[in-house]
Amino acid sequence: MFLWIAVALLLIIMGAYYTGRGRAVSSVSGNYTALHSLPSYHGYYVALWAGLPAFILSIIWFFVAPQVLEGIVLSQAPESVTSLPPERLQVFMADVAAIAQGGIPSQVTPEREAAAEIYGSYLSVSNWLMFAVAISLAVAGLTYGRARIRPRLRARNSVESMVNLVLIICSTIAILTTVGIVFSLLFEALRFFARVPFTDFLFGLQWSPQTAIRADQVGGSGEFGAVPIFAGTFLITLIAMFVAVPIGLMSAIYLSDYASNSVRSVVKPILEILAGVPTVVYGFFAALTVAPTLRAWGGSIGLDVASESALAAGLVMGVMIIPFVSSLSDDVINAVPQSLRDASAGLGATNSETIRQVILPAALPGIVGAILLAVSRAIGETMIVVMAAGLAANLTANPLEAVTTVTVQIVTLLVGDQEFDSAKTLAAFALGLTLFAVTLVLNVIALRIVQRYREKYD
Amino acid sequence: MTDTSILSKTDYHTSEQAERLLKKRYRSEARFIFYGRLAIICALLILVTLLSSIFLQGYTSFYQHMAILEFDLKQELVDPQNTGDPEVIAKADYRTIVNNMLREKFPDVTVRRDRKALKDIISSGSDLFVRSAVMADLSLVGTRATIAVPLSDDADSVFKGFIDRTLPEDERRVKDNQLGWLDQLSEEGRIESRFNMTFFQVGDSREPELAGIWGAVVGSALTLVVTLLISFPLGVATAIYLEEFAPKNRWTDLIEVNINNLAAVPSIVFGLLGLAVFLNFFGLPRSAPLVGGLVLALMTLPTIIIASRASLKAVPPSIREGGLGVGASHVQTVFHHVLPLAMPGMMTGTIIGMAQALGETAPLLMIGMVAFIVDVPTGITSPATVLPVQIFIWADSPERAFVAKTGGAIMVLLSFLVIMNLIAVMLRRRFERRW
Repeated sequence: MFLWIAVALLLIIMGAYYTGRGRAVSSVSGNYTALHSLPSYHGYYVALWAGLPAFILSIIWFFVAPQVLEGIVLSQAPESVTSLPPERLQVFMADVAAIAQGGIPSQVTPEREAAAEIYGSYLSVSNWLMFAVAISLAVAGLTYGRARIRPRLRARNSVESMVNLVLIICSTIAILTTVGIVFSLLFEALRFFARVPFTDFLFGLQWSPQTAIRADQVGGSGEFGAVPIFAGTFLITLIAMFVAVPIGLMSAIYLSDYASNSVRSVVKPILEILAGVPTVVYGFFAALTVAPTLRAWGGSIGLDVASESALAAGLVMGVMIIPFVSSLSDDVINAVPQSLRDASAGLGATNSETIRQVILPAALPGIVGAILLAVSRAIGETMIVVMAAGLAANLTANPLEAVTTVTVQIVTLLVGDQEFDSAKTLAAFALGLTLFAVTLVLNVIALRIVQRYREKYD
Repeated sequence: MTDTSILSKTDYHTSEQAERLLKKRYRSEARFIFYGRLAIICALLILVTLLSSIFLQGYTSFYQHMAILEFDLKQELVDPQNTGDPEVIAKADYRTIVNNMLREKFPDVTVRRDRKALKDIISSGSDLFVRSAVMADLSLVGTRATIAVPLSDDADSVFKGFIDRTLPEDERRVKDNQLGWLDQLSEEGRIESRFNMTFFQVGDSREPELAGIWGAVVGSALTLVVTLLISFPLGVATAIYLEEFAPKNRWTDLIEVNINNLAAVPSIVFGLLGLAVFLNFFGLPRSAPLVGGLVLALMTLPTIIIASRASLKAVPPSIREGGLGVGASHVQTVFHHVLPLAMPGMMTGTIIGMAQALGETAPLLMIGMVAFIVDVPTGITSPATVLPVQIFIWADSPERAFVAKTGGAIMVLLSFLVIMNLIAVMLRRRFERRW
């Protein structure tokens, strides 16, 4: 249906373009110089009149029609349905829509089928109505736009201001995304904090989110103290940094100050490959190659290494971050002015002395910024830890034991069967909010440091 | 640096102490260089280990052992009324035909438990292979036909060398009697190793030998199409506005800060956004490429905007002045002169963004694309999974054969990524201009 509307609208818009163009040309009987705008702008002008109102209407219809249909179905539904609590009603309506449109409902009951029949009949009415209204609006727009064509019409200015408006709307999408993230996280997290006090979440030492979904189930007590999770995230991030910072920094220094051009042109792209490998591949590598190897090594020297040890996840995460650290530090090191190097060499310092005593101190703020960005990357990384780190929230500093992280918990709480509205699923949003806030703060600080550092040497 | 042989001459130094100090400094220089080389060698070694471990674990998924067996396609079982109607033949009971074949081939297996073990050496989907062979050639009905069916994953691993025959029987997944039957088939020349076409033709399955990545590949393609259609126009339009039209004020500063921060938001947060807004608020279908594409589009938008702005910045101001100078309007200058010159750079950025989106897993887990889906998706609203999520699902499966499948799927994913990046590099080489 939407496809047909789109095709019909497209045809009308094309027709509108040629009508507008043709009318503009004929209104000056072929003498183009008498027109204020080029003929094609008259064409665009009429096309905009034909397309835009119909397009906006279709969008509004797309979002409003389901709500209206729901109202109609509910007004005809039996008492047993209308008295359902809101969440159940939502599931009911989703099933009705699925049955009517040939999707997969969660369950099929006679009530649902009856409602689906009503829904289906009104749905087709709605669709046809929309088709008719959209087409007539497009034709009306075409006629109106065509009637406004005069030689003196400032068609180009109108079209250009429309283009400008569209560009502005597109650029606000970025803002809307942030607003969407903040509000969706905040809204659900606030509902979570209405059940679990904020301080319990932030300072509690016990995390066992398994609660009884139904009254007759035996579930955990539902403790939501996130400290073990934060500690686990911190531990894995720390291990990752111990891998990524020395290797990344040293390879950046070597590549920028020692390596010949030919070595650099080969090694740099190869290091970039590490950045392009999908995280799920690293997760597979961590879980099926690194973790068993570590366990075997540990066993051979008498250490008990958990099969989902923090060490395996941290090491592989560190590998993932190497190219990130190395390319950021490379930028930073190259931004140190050559005059500093020359001065140091002039005093008789060796290359490594210049780097250690002149360049690194000068580049320190930038490197700190780069490391902060890498930390925020590590904290937010999901797939490696989901596949290689544990689920149980142990509060430990031993890297050979299994720990869990914020992202692992978000995934486990939200994947699979979920009762929306339970403290368990809402907890995932509270964790998400924490994650978002922490990475945002790290990024803002890091970007500010890097920027200030750049300005110093520009 | 200066020539060391001159510097180390003793007459340049006042004391032996100074000479010692110099030697120490050179040693530390050498050590420093060694650390640098060590770091690079470490990184390269890790990369080689990563890729080779994936290859070693995955290459076996590209071939598969088939048993070439003779099936008695009795008329009364396949098409009792002799209608010759494909629809009737499609509905015949091929499972019985497979069981009859086994009974005929191994007449001495009579105990119930042994029969079960015997059945387990060929794939539980063998009847489907017999059916498709019959459907491809209807003249086979009523004859004895030789048809290749896949071995079960355990039997397959015997021939791939993953089963250690020296282990005691109860520690082995394949028992002694099964090994005997397999050896018998092998001696008769009935076992053949073939390229695993199934892997590239079907969707997921509970049986490793019947599982394929085609469903996930199609899902990935649909998702990427949605992502591209949304993020490319939006990203380019935003970049054009910010770079060419936007006045310098607080609002545009806010947009800029926003975009930079969005680029660093963890991908899983975009998944939470998709779950809360697209699924729960707008009620879009779960597990659909439409929602996956929307989420990934928001995620790749900052990448595309930043790349597009950089390539717009690289167009020299003289082009704009030239356009304005011959009487073009501001909009005309940008769209007729600046944009075409910046397009290759924008496209490169977009391809890199798409490669990122193709490898992304975490946000898609949040919107339910992790479900077990057998069918190949047919549209952007039908339930689907994508390649990285398929890898995640298989990596979590206990069967040994799924590990090989995971490796195979990773190789396919990596080759797609390599192709996309090569296209980006080629675009850059071909169209890059220095002004």
